[in-house]
Amino acid sequence: MLYANVGVELWRLRPILALCKPLPPVNPHRLPSTIAREDEHLLVAAAKKGDLAAFEELVGRYERKIFRLTMNITGNREDAEDAMQDAFLKSYSHLKDFQGDSRFYTWLVRIAANEALMRLRKRRPNQFSLDEPVETDEDLMPRELQDWGPGPEQRFAQTEMRDILSRVIEELEPDYRTVFVLRDIEELSTEETAAAVGISVPAVKSRLLRARLKLRDKLGRYFQPGAAKGGAN
Amino acid sequence: MNCREAIREVSNFLDGDLSEGLKRQLESHFAECEECNLVVVQTRKTIEIFIQSEPVDLPPEVRSRLHGTLRRRLRPEA
Repeated sequence: MLYANVGVELWRLRPILALCKPLPPVNPHRLPSTIAREDEHLLVAAAKKGDLAAFEELVGRYERKIFRLTMNITGNREDAEDAMQDAFLKSYSHLKDFQGDSRFYTWLVRIAANEALMRLRKRRPNQFSLDEPVETDEDLMPRELQDWGPGPEQRFAQTEMRDILSRVIEELEPDYRTVFVLRDIEELSTEETAAAVGISVPAVKSRLLRARLKLRDKLGRYFQPGAAKGGAN
Repeated sequence: MNCREAIREVSNFLDGDLSEGLKRQLESHFAECEECNLVVVQTRKTIEIFIQSEPVDLPPEVRSRLHGTLRRRLRPEA
């Protein structure tokens, strides 16, 4: 054990107890591993008191998701890694400000998104806009409309599907992909997304609509009948 | 309601972020318009696929650097 241990506390036993009582899913589409475990508030309380082992447990639970988030926003591995590290460091030093009125993970996502956005804006100052450009409907009408058939994602191996999702997200403009990632992958509310990105609620809705339609269009390259495996058609 | 107006509301429709009146108009349009209905079905599927995707494991060297940094920076001074 690297950190000072304050002895066996209740949260260390909770994973065993939790096995006896599965949590009901919050969102029917969400995988069990992404649902907050019921001992999370105990871990946060312990970490607030300076228990670094408790904080390390929280980091271990969320590091994969936070790295995916910072990768998705920055599109750059070096920036994503720096943003993740700083997000965890800042979350620890600001834990006293976390009031527990939202999930710890949601609070962490906002910190990580902020770190990632700072790096994105620094690296690509002209590609991310805080102002809200006039958007027309011209690009909204779908280009490709063919039935995908049942379970189109099941035609791909899991790793192949992950590559596809990374590729299509990366192809989106940063304005759109940031809002999509926060709203649809991290499940922040529209208001939380607006606050995290620093734009208005109508701008979040407008960008989310465009992001979702563009991603549907892009996934269609892989899912429609006769599509090449690489999506180039 | 025409297709352009319906597509503009697809996102709000999927989020249930609409007035009852607009929701009924959209439901009626999607019931009649096969193409717009396909857009709704595929956009919903797109969101589901992203929600259900599990993040990959952290590359070992990234994980090692992360935990090394946290230990160095957060460990109380001896």
